[in-house]
Amino acid sequence: MSSILNIKNVNKNFGKISVLNDININIDKGDFLVLVGPSGCGKSTLLNCIAGLEKINSGDIFIDNKNMSDIAPKDRDIAMVFQSYALYPTMTVEKNITFGMKVRGLSDEIQQKKLIEVSRQLQIETLLKRKPGQLSGGQRQRVAMGRALVRNPKLFLFDEPLSNLDAKLRVEMRTEIKRLHYDLGASMVYVTHDQIEAMTLATKIVVMKNGFIQQIGTPEEIYNHPANIFVADFMGSPAMNLIHAQTKKEKDNYKINIKLANGEVASLTEKRKLKLPKDIIIGIRPENITENGSKNKQNAQVITSNVDIVEPAGSDTYVVTKLGETEVTARFHSETKVKIGSKIDFLLDLEKASYFNPSSGKRI
Amino acid sequence: MINSVGKNQLNKIILRIFLYLILSVFVIYYLLPLFVMITTSLKSLEEIRTGSLIALPRNITFEAWGTAWSTACTGIRCEGLKPFFWNSIFIAIPAVIISTLIGAINGYVIAQWRFKGANIIFALMLFGCFIPFQVILLPMARVLGLIDLAGSISGLIFVHVIYGIGFTTLFFRNYYVSIPVELVKAAKIDGATFLRIFWSIFLPLSLPITVVTVIWQFTQIWNDFLFGVSFSEAGTQPITVALNNIVNSTTGVKEYNVDMAAAIIAAMPTLLVYIFAGKYFIRGLTAGSVKG
Repeated sequence: MSSILNIKNVNKNFGKISVLNDININIDKGDFLVLVGPSGCGKSTLLNCIAGLEKINSGDIFIDNKNMSDIAPKDRDIAMVFQSYALYPTMTVEKNITFGMKVRGLSDEIQQKKLIEVSRQLQIETLLKRKPGQLSGGQRQRVAMGRALVRNPKLFLFDEPLSNLDAKLRVEMRTEIKRLHYDLGASMVYVTHDQIEAMTLATKIVVMKNGFIQQIGTPEEIYNHPANIFVADFMGSPAMNLIHAQTKKEKDNYKINIKLANGEVASLTEKRKLKLPKDIIIGIRPENITENGSKNKQNAQVITSNVDIVEPAGSDTYVVTKLGETEVTARFHSETKVKIGSKIDFLLDLEKASYFNPSSGKRI
Repeated sequence: MINSVGKNQLNKIILRIFLYLILSVFVIYYLLPLFVMITTSLKSLEEIRTGSLIALPRNITFEAWGTAWSTACTGIRCEGLKPFFWNSIFIAIPAVIISTLIGAINGYVIAQWRFKGANIIFALMLFGCFIPFQVILLPMARVLGLIDLAGSISGLIFVHVIYGIGFTTLFFRNYYVSIPVELVKAAKIDGATFLRIFWSIFLPLSLPITVVTVIWQFTQIWNDFLFGVSFSEAGTQPITVALNNIVNSTTGVKEYNVDMAAAIIAAMPTLLVYIFAGKYFIRGLTAGSVKG
């Protein structure tokens, strides 16, 4: 596969505040790259830099192996969809979609042909004569996508395109974007602060914080092997449980001691070949803490603790207990009979656990 | 129960009547001068001398209007207001158009194409709105002399454009600042240039604020007296200066009816602008706060 977007050592600052620090990302044709992170992490700025709407202070951005440093946004062969849709308010849907082609001097026939093609694809044929003010949020979003699609660009850029939609529509449009990506085989860069959007859409995720890349990887890698505590905590809902613990080296494995809420110490055994320091933070996802009695896994270990809260969520029930100082969420079957206040056995699947260094926050 | 409801209703009606009574008093108080002006302008001098100030005219005559328009004397010239009316038109229309256009482009740049120092430049322009007319009289006279526009219609247009830019920029900047910056970004990616974005996207959005600016500028320029009297010469005086001269040059009898008619003629264009575009004025002032 050939590279479609290659970002090399990019730095960007606004005055004295640096917003992007040594960013390096490379994606191949057909990739769906999602930039995710909390607000203010620099993800939108990075997208604007790719589009050429913001100048970078150092480094290089290559699109389809061409250096974009001195190339204007219009000549980068990109299309962009914005959070506020950015439809031209005084133009009809038709004019909105064809404006770019008109500016670029394409013939009327081509404009009409593309317009019909795209409006059919997005099912907005009946809206062509309306103005943006007469459309619903979802329809505006479709028009904005239409404006990007007619361009048939090398790279699509999406800047939080679903944030202004209500929850139901957001899920629908998410599926639609995914389908579009599949149908077109297009390369896309997508910015969001919603980790579920990131997980469902991406073929590659970049997690950012304060202008630094925290981790680059497939959704599976990011979810199961987070590079540090920040990524572990940010990706996944409910968040990964992070529990302080002490280790003790034994012959060919480690004993992991977790202080319980009542002062007792629970001792677990880590059988994987790892090298752990004395103090660690265990990162374990809710779905890897289950009710005793459900299919016992090989490396499963039992901890007995009090049930503090039971939260039925339909398909699952979340059970909260306290281990050491931290609240820990476990994912139980929806038919569970556990009651608040009762003392039950929790089953921890340590095979799936991640370990972090408490001082650096990095994965061990 | 029923009784107290009825009482409440009655109280409300009495309050209403009281309210309208007060409002009517103020309306009459406010409109009385205009009423006196119109009735006086329709009376003959004879009737003015013998009748009461607020009485309706017994015989309506438009003689005074004709005199004011074409034969009344301003100093030694006796051509009425007509030539000066046209002077004012020739000053006001170009000055309004030019200052509005410059304001629109300034506002567009300051609001949507942020550059280093944009805030300082805007603050300075805003400061320009607060400089009193009197302060710039002498420097402006010197500048007009230097660029050879002293005493000409073009000179007055120049003065009004310069003085108006602060206001027009302020209006357009405040209007454009509420438009999301992403519009410009989207248009840039679509390949539109600076002027194309202004022409195709921003200008079509600007009707309400354009109306506000045009009304404001037209009223200011048409009603201006100080610049008119300072920077004009015999043939280039605007209507406000001519009105003053008509009222002040009396030969024997004071022709109140002619004075009144002249004053109404001089005020007519701004009055018409308000009547026909007034609703856009209110709408434009509150626009921008409403999301499209």
